[in-house]
Amino acid sequence: MSKSWEEINARIASGEAVVVTAEEFADIAKSDGLRSAARRVDVVTTGTFGPMCSSGVFLNFGHSDPPIKMGAITLNDVPASGGLAAVDTYLGVTEPSRTKGIEYGGAHVIEDLLKGKSVHLQATGPGTDCYPRTSIDTWVTLDDLNQAYFFNPRNAYQNYAVAVNSSDTAIYTYLGPLLPRIGNATYCSAGALSPLLNDPTYRTIGVGTRCFVAGAPGYVAWEGTQHNPNQTRDEHGVPVAPSGTLAVIADLKQASPEFFSAATFTRYGVSSFVGIGVPIPVLDEDIAETLALTDADIRATIFDYGVGRRSRPSFGTVSYADLRSGRITVEGRTVPVGPISSLPKARRIAEVLKGWVSERKWQLAPPLQPLPQPGSQGVRPLEIRNEEAI
Amino acid sequence: MARRRLDLTFPPRQATKAIAYHLVKDFDLVPNFLRAQIQPGQQGRMLVEVSGKRDAIDAAVEFLGREGITVSEAASDIRLDTEACVSCGLCTAVCKPGALTLRESDFSLVFDKDQCVYCEACVSACPRRAITLTF
Ligand code: SF4
Ligand code: SF4
Repeated sequence: MSKSWEEINARIASGEAVVVTAEEFADIAKSDGLRSAARRVDVVTTGTFGPMCSSGVFLNFGHSDPPIKMGAITLNDVPASGGLAAVDTYLGVTEPSRTKGIEYGGAHVIEDLLKGKSVHLQATGPGTDCYPRTSIDTWVTLDDLNQAYFFNPRNAYQNYAVAVNSSDTAIYTYLGPLLPRIGNATYCSAGALSPLLNDPTYRTIGVGTRCFVAGAPGYVAWEGTQHNPNQTRDEHGVPVAPSGTLAVIADLKQASPEFFSAATFTRYGVSSFVGIGVPIPVLDEDIAETLALTDADIRATIFDYGVGRRSRPSFGTVSYADLRSGRITVEGRTVPVGPISSLPKARRIAEVLKGWVSERKWQLAPPLQPLPQPGSQGVRPLEIRNEEAI
Repeated sequence: MARRRLDLTFPPRQATKAIAYHLVKDFDLVPNFLRAQIQPGQQGRMLVEVSGKRDAIDAAVEFLGREGITVSEAASDIRLDTEACVSCGLCTAVCKPGALTLRESDFSLVFDKDQCVYCEACVSACPRRAITLTF
């Protein structure tokens, strides 16, 4: 049994498509069998809502009179890039404020813009014949901007680490505070709802794939940075540690503060929760098999963040069902474990996306270009060299 | 044996030190001071959990009242801003007494005040700064 993209799109267009979330699909497959689920269901929606540091927005402010070629730019005292054309900028979510440090950063500016607040724009420029103004101090809202769109270089990590700390002191990480002597554990994935865990070998998700980005309709723009299809995989082809990633693009003006939330990790830095969801067509039983996987089937690797090196020692793997129970066993002891990725929000995203496919009649399309496939590339380290070694 | 959490507000200049002594010596109670905010010349606050005989606790509360200390059942000291909370669950990973947990059915955050020992671990752990201690 297999269905073509065209058949699925025709059913979406006629309003007959059966669209369910990945969790619902697993239930259907369990009760009716995989074959029947694969036949009946046309599209499965996914969702994830976790901190994604590699996110940010391109903004165009429009020209003042007289105009300025903005060099040093701040928004609510958070520096933005002055390295683009006169009134274009890129604001990264992790950029801390010059006055408030990590308690307010690029992510908070974006959240304020999404909430309709005015943001304080200050910039200086060199003053040129065509851009004579040398400084500007004004307030802008999201509506005032010509263009405002997310370009997030790395979102929707396919699986992630479970973090513990074997050292004798508490440490503060991007996975939250880790108590000494393996006193707790944290993890960060939507598990069975996570987009790339449902399509582990990137058959349907690739460049040009339509997706949900922070409440706005968007696209997969490219492979995400550090995309690593060569991670260790289980018997279903699902990676057991951080692997594939997506770069996504979407209109900030259509996004919602319900699905984008600024975050501060104490003694680490600023980040942002970003909601991502991808609809996956049920093309055949092969893809149905991974769509039907549950938290009990998907595993993550426990890493020791108490070792401050690139390669961290591992304490084996654990299933998402165990992680969701709130307690796991590491090195023979039971420790409390908490998520950083919000399951209620992930579920909500998968629900919203169902509506987009069935009511807004989103047509799906095969990738314009596939993401790098397993076997094609790994992740390179950065070696520290001096000039003579070059 | 009973256990009760008391929120004590002291008038300025009230000798706070003797309180523990009286609770132990006169009423045979075991006090566990969870939080204290005392500055010279200002109104002070203490959150204390006492265990002992029920009658003795009642008598101690009366005694504290006579000493000019306002006693109320410990109530809203920790606040969760539900608008800011995204139900990520990170706070549950640092809450050793299990006062913060995720509801099994929908994974929303549940706060059980009775279990809280006011350690403040959740306050700095929350990436949304959604948890505050009001004193
Ligand atoms: S203050 Fe401590 S005990 Fe109370 S909820 Fe927060 S982490 Fe738990
Ligand atoms: S850490 Fe903060 S945002 Fe996350 S669940 Fe707890 S209170 Fe809510």
